[in-house]
Amino acid sequence: MLELDAVTYRYAGAPRPSLHEVSLTLGDGEVVGIVGASEAGKSTLCLVAAGLAPRTVGGTLSGHVLLDGHDVAPLAMHELAERVGICFANPATQLSRVTATVYEEVAFGPMNLGLPRGDVIDRTGAALDAFGIADIAEREPARLSGGQQQLVAVAGLLAIRPQHLVLDEPTAQLDPAGTQLVAEALARLAADGASILIAEQKTDLLAQICTRMVALEAGRVALEGAAAEVLADERLSGLGVAFPASVRIRRLAEAASLRAPQRDKLAAALATMGSPI
Amino acid sequence: MAALAVTLAAIMLSGVVAPLLLIGVGVLLPAAVAGVVRELSRIALLLSLPLAISVVLVNVFFFPGGEAVLLRVGPIVATAEGLRFALEILLRLAAISGAVVLFYLTTRPGDLVIDLEARGVSPRLAFVVNASVQTVPTMVDRAADIAAAQRARGLDSEGSPWARVRGLLPLVAPVVLGSIAEVEERTMALEARGFTRPGRRTLLWRPADSRRQAVARWLLVAALPLLIGLRTAGWLAWLG
Repeated sequence: MLELDAVTYRYAGAPRPSLHEVSLTLGDGEVVGIVGASEAGKSTLCLVAAGLAPRTVGGTLSGHVLLDGHDVAPLAMHELAERVGICFANPATQLSRVTATVYEEVAFGPMNLGLPRGDVIDRTGAALDAFGIADIAEREPARLSGGQQQLVAVAGLLAIRPQHLVLDEPTAQLDPAGTQLVAEALARLAADGASILIAEQKTDLLAQICTRMVALEAGRVALEGAAAEVLADERLSGLGVAFPASVRIRRLAEAASLRAPQRDKLAAALATMGSPI
Repeated sequence: MAALAVTLAAIMLSGVVAPLLLIGVGVLLPAAVAGVVRELSRIALLLSLPLAISVVLVNVFFFPGGEAVLLRVGPIVATAEGLRFALEILLRLAAISGAVVLFYLTTRPGDLVIDLEARGVSPRLAFVVNASVQTVPTMVDRAADIAAAQRARGLDSEGSPWARVRGLLPLVAPVVLGSIAEVEERTMALEARGFTRPGRRTLLWRPADSRRQAVARWLLVAALPLLIGLRTAGWLAWLG
């Protein structure tokens, strides 16, 4: 379990904290979505949850980040990396830039951890297959498109198989097919017991995979609850977050005074697409 | 290692025959085996041309104490001694640039790093070596992107040499500052992938290193102390 207990974080030199008294619990197998407008604190929350702030970023933190009940502060970064993985939005900074092929890039993390050779090969192969990038395994990462690079970056993170995953807009550069691949891979990981914290603008993706949601406003928790409830909350648009398609369609159906059987059919169709309604 | 040996030998050897032999045995022969003679010649020539021109001009026309006059243009005199000295420098320059380009053409940075690691070099040091080599194409790509963006906003960076120089200035800050800004996130990404873990990494493979290749490499390296000895003893004077 990954837990943030009354966390307040301020970047070095910043006039005010970017996170205020944020508490959050991420249980095993849970997928928690983070939404909010720009500068609401989503990326900062990811850095704090992954143990990178203030350790690498600097700044000051009050409150506690707990991993299975123990504070993460005494853990060395590589020990933390084995248990909490983080992926950022910009693929250009995710890739190591020292590998010649996609295969080596995905294997980079497991190799760093000194895992047995067979395990590295198994994990790398599984991650490549999970993201549909086995066919580009021999290509040079630097020559891929932004979307492909992002898939490689996420695959490289998942190859480490951390118990907890923190993803900061992992699909920012992905097309719908790539986004769906990420959604399916994350759903599989959650089903296997991994806990996932994902900051994302694409609420359709969140509606598909999240069990719970947190909406941030100016570094504070503005909304929190079950994913379906938060994503349908009227206050969401006031926080600069778009409703998912499922919610918009349901509202349109209600506004058009569709009769109950038709609404139910529509709801059932959207449910098969993985969208809560 | 062989490239380093050739470079050091080029610095030590003087005269014309010895550097010629070095170029033949230490650069052209391995390049022919690797099938890169044409590409090597082109890149080495481009690399060393500016320096070569200045070496020839300075030494042919301004060699101190030159007496055998070849050409006189007003107060400037080209001498045979200057020409010979310039030729010696050019041959050394050709050997050094040839060795460096041969290394560049025949060694993938990733292979070098894996091999260094397999030989016990710290993964971090190996990473620094590789990242330094990889930085150049990355920055070139970034500069091209920024130049395109600047042109799209009306900056004239093509045409006359002066326009090109003026176009360079707005590129420098975003290229350099952008690279620096990425360092923090890149560091975090590396840490999140366990790069700072102490101890050996798992290596999946090692670059191929045939017996013949290893023997050739060690022969070149072994020739280096031999050359030092011969040079010190003055037994290479006949090659001058």
